Amino acid sequence: MGFSLKGVGLTHANGFRALRDVDLRVACGERVALVGASGAGKTTLLRVLAAALRPDTGRLSLLGTDPWDASPATLRRLRARIGLVHQAPPIPPRQRVVTAVLAGRLGQWPLWKSLASLLYPLDPEGARHQLARLDLGERLYERCDRLSGGQLQRVALARVLYQQPDLFLADEPVSAMDPALSELTVALLNEEASRRGVTLVASLHAVDLALRHFPRVIGVKEGQVLFDLPAGQVREAQLRELYAAEGSVPMAGLAVLPDAGQPAAAAPPPLRCA
Amino acid sequence: MSAVPRDPAALPRLGWTLAALVLLWPLLRLADFEPVRLLDEGNLRAMGHFIRGFLPMETSHDFMALLGKAMVETLAMATAGIALSLLLAVPLGLAMTRGLSVSRIGPGRRAWIGTLVRALVRALLAVLRGVPELVWALLFVRVFGLGASAGVLALGITYGGMLGKVYGEILESTDGRTARGLLEAGSGRVAALFYGLLPHAGGELVSYTVYRWECAVRASVVMGFVGAGGLGQLMDQSMKMLNGGEAASILLTFLLLVLAADGLSEFLRRRLA
Ligand SMILES: Nc1ncnc2c1ncn2[C@@H]1O[C@H](COP(=O)(O)OP(=O)(O)OP(=O)(O)O)[C@@H](O)[C@H]1O
Ligand SMILES: [Mg+2]
Repeated sequence: MGFSLKGVGLTHANGFRALRDVDLRVACGERVALVGASGAGKTTLLRVLAAALRPDTGRLSLLGTDPWDASPATLRRLRARIGLVHQAPPIPPRQRVVTAVLAGRLGQWPLWKSLASLLYPLDPEGARHQLARLDLGERLYERCDRLSGGQLQRVALARVLYQQPDLFLADEPVSAMDPALSELTVALLNEEASRRGVTLVASLHAVDLALRHFPRVIGVKEGQVLFDLPAGQVREAQLRELYAAEGSVPMAGLAVLPDAGQPAAAAPPPLRCA
Repeated sequence: MSAVPRDPAALPRLGWTLAALVLLWPLLRLADFEPVRLLDEGNLRAMGHFIRGFLPMETSHDFMALLGKAMVETLAMATAGIALSLLLAVPLGLAMTRGLSVSRIGPGRRAWIGTLVRALVRALLAVLRGVPELVWALLFVRVFGLGASAGVLALGITYGGMLGKVYGEILESTDGRTARGLLEAGSGRVAALFYGLLPHAGGELVSYTVYRWECAVRASVVMGFVGAGGLGQLMDQSMKMLNGGEAASILLTFLLLVLAADGLSEFLRRRLA
């Protein structure tokens, strides 16, 4: 009960073809990293997986349901089971951290509870618990515009952790964090997904992070799947092709020795072709 | 090296600016707008005479009591009118907000229902505010007789139309990404409104509402002239009796009310910021 895509294509409103003929099958509990250059279509793919963008071709099944065949009520319940950490956290600057985190459960709470929680936070302990895992427990009652970019990103993560989705999607969840924090945060996401047995898909800019933490890595290029391999089988040449236009393979660059038995992780130093 | 392509929006922008200017000129002519006439000596003297009639201000005890009662009546009429208009404006304004439309994200099947509802609501709001409050008041005075209730109802209807339209447009022009993100995570519309749109737009909605309350205070005066009570009725009587001093006191009361509304708006905005 993960998800599957068959021949999925998506054309944006301005006529740009962001996805073409994507075939993917991800089983329940798998942890997958999406890598690819800027503009490759990672965000678009994640939004399709979040039932937020409707593909114009192909078949899509999320958690056993075709979202675009379902009734509005079913679709809403399905969406409540999918959590997407957005690339740019869409959190109002004046909202307090506790409210932003508790908003993760709006899809599960009855309306009266959502509204009451605005007047007096109903589960501050739940919010604080998730924030504390990201080292932000102290900022519970702070306003979001008083946080740094990386801290705001962690609030967005805490929201989806608090949502406890069955399909955990993260769009560059560590792009505003330093290498050490990125490492910890990606590890935390993987640990959470394993512990709860849910499917995790995260797009990452740093290829080494993806190779170190995720069992399966998918390379996206120009709206297509270039490779879909276990992390250990990703070769340097494939990464070089993935980032051919950039001229180098992006890395988080943290000097952490990868585990033995993950050859590709040790392999590619920054490639400078230009 | 290729030249930088020209801004594709430049030509349309120039065109629209020219069109606006070309339209404005005949409109000014039509409206007989000749500001020079303000400075004409005879006109200046006439205006001075009119204004001198306002002094000294009337401050007798009896009149002040009357004034106080009329002021409270006006405030009550404006406040009740705004409260009534909110009953109309809030649901209609929300219905107009595309940012809260779930069908826009999908499923697209029944999107036409939403489009139809929004068009109908827009038309209804136009009818409500298209008829001036004075006309509504004249109508309701015939039903309820002289007094404040005709004014309250007239204000409620016209201002419901104005507030609903502007609420819808304010919500439309605020950053919809938060609300959309919440809807995409399965949240309902009302929850998305409170968690996603109001944090962005709350200040603006409040200050527009307070400004409309201030306008309602002024409008209730005009309606007083047709017998809807309050300061307007008092003003009507003073003017008919050519009592400039009384009129001046009434005008000063207005000024105070407007200043108070301004202060309230500022205070609320600061609290919400
Ligand atoms: N709403 C949109 N309308 C039109 N084109 C879009 C839209 N959103 C994305 N695109 C285009 O689709 C392509 C893929 O965008 P997408 O956001 O999926 O890339 P990405 O892989 O997430 O890139 P990045 O790493 O920079 O976030 C890009 O070329 C982008 O310009
Ligand atoms: Mg992206």
